[in-house]
Amino acid sequence: MIIDHPLLGPRDSAEFTYMGDARLIDRPDPDAGTAAQDFYEYGYLRDNPAGWHDELWFHEAGDRSWLVITRNTLTHEISKVQLARDVARSRGRSK
Amino acid sequence: MTQSNRIGRAQVDFTKTLKFSFDGKSYAGHPGDTLASALLANGVRLMGRSFKYHRPRGPLSAGSEEPNALVELRSGARQEPNTRATTAELFDGLFAKSQNRLGSLKFDLLSINDRFANFLTAGFYYKTFMWPAAFWEKLYEPIIRKAAGLGSLSLKDDPDVYDKGFLHCDLLIIGAGPAGLSAALTAGRAGADVILADEDFRMGGRLNSETFAIGDASGADWAATAVAELASLPNVRLMKRTTVIGAFDHGIYGAVERVSDHMHTPDAGKPRQVLWRIYTKHTVLAAGAIERPIAFENNDRPGIMLASALRTYANRFAVAADRRVAIFTNNDDGHRTAADLHARGVKIAAVVDVRPNAPSSMDYEVLHGQVVDTKGRLGLTFAEVKLADGSMRTLDCGALGLSGGWNPNVHLTCHQRGRPTWNADLAAFVPGADLPAGMTVAGAAQGDLSTAGALSGGAKAARQALGLKGRMATLSEAEDAPVNITPFWYVEGCSRAWLDQQNDVTVKDVKLSHQEGFRSVEHLKRYTTLGMATDQGKTSNMGGLAIMAELAGKTIPEVGTTIFRPPYTPTAIGVFAGRHREQEFHPKRLTPSHKWAEEQGAVFVEVGNWLRAQWFPLPGETTWRASVDREVLATRKSVGVCDVTTLGKVDVQGTDAAAFLNKIYCNGFAKLAVGKTRYGLMLREDGIAMDDGTAARLAEDHFVVTTTTANALPVYRHMEFVRQCLCPDMDVQLISTTEAWAQYAVAGPNSRKLLEKIVDQDISNDAFPFMACTNITICGGLRARLFRISFSGELAYEIAVPTAYGDALMRKIIEVGAEFDVTPYGTEALGVMRIEKGHAAGNELNGTTTAQNLGMGRMISKLKDSIGKTLSQREGLNADGDLRQVGIKPVDPGDPVPAGAHLMNADGPIDAAHDQGYVTSACYSPNLGHAIALGFLKNGSERLGERMQLVSPLTKVHVDVEITSAHFIDPEGERLRA
Repeated sequence: MIIDHPLLGPRDSAEFTYMGDARLIDRPDPDAGTAAQDFYEYGYLRDNPAGWHDELWFHEAGDRSWLVITRNTLTHEISKVQLARDVARSRGRSK
Repeated sequence: MTQSNRIGRAQVDFTKTLKFSFDGKSYAGHPGDTLASALLANGVRLMGRSFKYHRPRGPLSAGSEEPNALVELRSGARQEPNTRATTAELFDGLFAKSQNRLGSLKFDLLSINDRFANFLTAGFYYKTFMWPAAFWEKLYEPIIRKAAGLGSLSLKDDPDVYDKGFLHCDLLIIGAGPAGLSAALTAGRAGADVILADEDFRMGGRLNSETFAIGDASGADWAATAVAELASLPNVRLMKRTTVIGAFDHGIYGAVERVSDHMHTPDAGKPRQVLWRIYTKHTVLAAGAIERPIAFENNDRPGIMLASALRTYANRFAVAADRRVAIFTNNDDGHRTAADLHARGVKIAAVVDVRPNAPSSMDYEVLHGQVVDTKGRLGLTFAEVKLADGSMRTLDCGALGLSGGWNPNVHLTCHQRGRPTWNADLAAFVPGADLPAGMTVAGAAQGDLSTAGALSGGAKAARQALGLKGRMATLSEAEDAPVNITPFWYVEGCSRAWLDQQNDVTVKDVKLSHQEGFRSVEHLKRYTTLGMATDQGKTSNMGGLAIMAELAGKTIPEVGTTIFRPPYTPTAIGVFAGRHREQEFHPKRLTPSHKWAEEQGAVFVEVGNWLRAQWFPLPGETTWRASVDREVLATRKSVGVCDVTTLGKVDVQGTDAAAFLNKIYCNGFAKLAVGKTRYGLMLREDGIAMDDGTAARLAEDHFVVTTTTANALPVYRHMEFVRQCLCPDMDVQLISTTEAWAQYAVAGPNSRKLLEKIVDQDISNDAFPFMACTNITICGGLRARLFRISFSGELAYEIAVPTAYGDALMRKIIEVGAEFDVTPYGTEALGVMRIEKGHAAGNELNGTTTAQNLGMGRMISKLKDSIGKTLSQREGLNADGDLRQVGIKPVDPGDPVPAGAHLMNADGPIDAAHDQGYVTSACYSPNLGHAIALGFLKNGSERLGERMQLVSPLTKVHVDVEITSAHFIDPEGERLRA
């Protein structure tokens, strides 16, 4: 596969390490009353869609960026590549 | 024999002669020949024995689809089994042997299998060798392996080099027949970056095998002119002898270029083959079509081959497979072979056509009927024909051409889940709509079987792919005959009629499989092995499908095809490995003082690709234990030095550096003073221990984090995940500095005295106490870092210098340490000392253990959030009676306490249900004089002093042990602080 890195342009997927569902960005609030349940869901309940999927890839043999890649798991078509850091900020993560 | 079957001129260079040998006999051929064409020219039709029945076989085809003519090519280490004689390019001195025979090819003793054919049908292994089970491995399989199978391996290392390469282009064209050449001319003239790949050593595809004219030139001449023009274009790369083996995601294609297969040995510095990864924007698949045979009784004798192959041998190689040829066809194409061979003076015994409306000829007899059987033990002698009126005719012929129609080569169109669709006019599958992205199919591969159709289809495909506008160039006039075919797959009533000649699958086998309930095409394939040989059923699958459809009362498209997968043709494992073999299989990482350690005669061990000194044997030490015991005792007595460069090091800087460490470690780091180091335990988000190490605070906004050797990369990846994905606004930067610093542990009561000789600053206990860290200089000015940390439990330091000075520092330490008898120690002594001290390592942080298990549950700070904190509080990880890390020693000091052994209650039963825990790390402690171990025990911290049984049924260990504190040496830590 070819991943169109937002900073570096098209790169071969062999340079990347895969981690899975990009919802790992949405780490629950540890101080919430439901933290135990929230973390259980965060840690263990993932969708495994046959189709479009937002997933985390690490440019390990490159610039060390974590990316959020929107990929179709049936066709391997990639429709969007974003810096995970930008995605995290847009979802309200800060420090 | 002197090439008695040469007929006229062709694309073979008769001015040069090549000598070669087959089964010990010498023959002559010419440049441009394949091994198969040269053997046929010399009157050799018999080239091998079949897989199961050891039936005599000759070539069926003239290309890569060949199921039969497989030979062992070359000798010695270069011997290569299962090479298709039909694609092996002839070179001077070529050495080939037939395979899968016992005795000579003509008198194969295993041909007796043919007599037992009734027992060797589909599913024979499954039915026959069921019991007794033990016989399979010891008796049945060795015998079957000897009798069946194909060629043999040399069992020597491949002496040749294989390479990998990367190519980029606008348009990849696969196949250099009329469609591919036309596409390449269109795209090349338009200035696009083009790669034209063809598996053959001569470009032109079927044009080289046919007598059609294109404009005023012969097809072969037109192709040669087109190739010459393409070669003159700088934007076109011509790749002959290159098979595109797979269509992968996003326009990536795999291609194998056989750089040196056509030579005796590769030229100096040249690889044997190259695996290319081609990145292309668009692809034109012009892979042509493959003719299919017709099944009838005894249709596998040498001399029986595809009609198109007979034409190729005649027109391209000037070879007649025999001087008397018959044809059996269901379509007009078969008649072309008769016409071409007749024109070259070959006698046509008859053309047998199943169609009542077959074209007639003035030159030879055309019979309406079917070939129902053949004769000839080692090669065809007669064909029995049953005419439409029921009468029989015997044809005297040494070659029989079969034409059952053409199958477009849809293989690569299906590598991305695509499925072909049925075309009733061609009676064949053609590419479906769901092609790999960017692919267009042209020519015969698309079902355009005429030359004119291929030329225009290729040009159109290239224009479409590149978005070319304007008028299409006029194409030369060429053959444009319609396809006229009546589907006909097998002769009624036949049984020993071969479909898959390579795996010896007959019409009878397919019928039997249906009878036994295998109704899915995938089941048929696996039960009968139809299409599972190295040719992947290129000439046989369609016949099997057709018979299956008929038996099931379905249409062929209803039955469907099996899935096409890469590689398109058999591919050497060597080319996938490329240069990554033996010592290059994975990289070895050497520490800066590796050479020094080699000079000391160190024994090395591989840890996370690093080579680490395991121990340093001295003269007279005959066992590893002797060396390790000495290193441990010397270190604890005076001072030892160990290379710890391989531990992962991550530099963490920024105003939020402390907050970041608070996040990744379960224990607190915010209040760690500058100049201090702290042990840190990292949890996974699920609460399981991930890694441990130290973090040294060199400045308010600067920490140096260490990881274990093996986890350096995953931990760094995790830290970047936390930084970028969870805490994107933290002011913190990370960089791995593992390879930037050489680091040495100096341990033992004399370690300070030793270091005082090289460190420029005051490192007395008051100035530089336990867990201190600082930037220092050594030897009068070299920058270095000093950490007062201890893995051994002794007064100890770790000293780091820039990598370039690692070797010099090690030599300096040894030099100034001579007066203290400084002893280098390796990873084994390091391990012994950490077990004596009760420090957890990889064996304890094994991916199943929690901080609680490790006895570090109270380290998890309640005052802050950290990765893994929430889930570490789960009930299930905090139950009463959980595993706790303990020390274990034998009651009898002579007994072992091996790692992996399990703890059982002293008076309890010994079984899995009563398991109490297990040993993780074990060693012999030279300080205590007996074996010691660390392990996990249920409720372990409450059971110190308890006697238990330690068992390892696999290694037959059963000893009495006592549970102790994990801290065998200096439990109060007085030595550390000295």
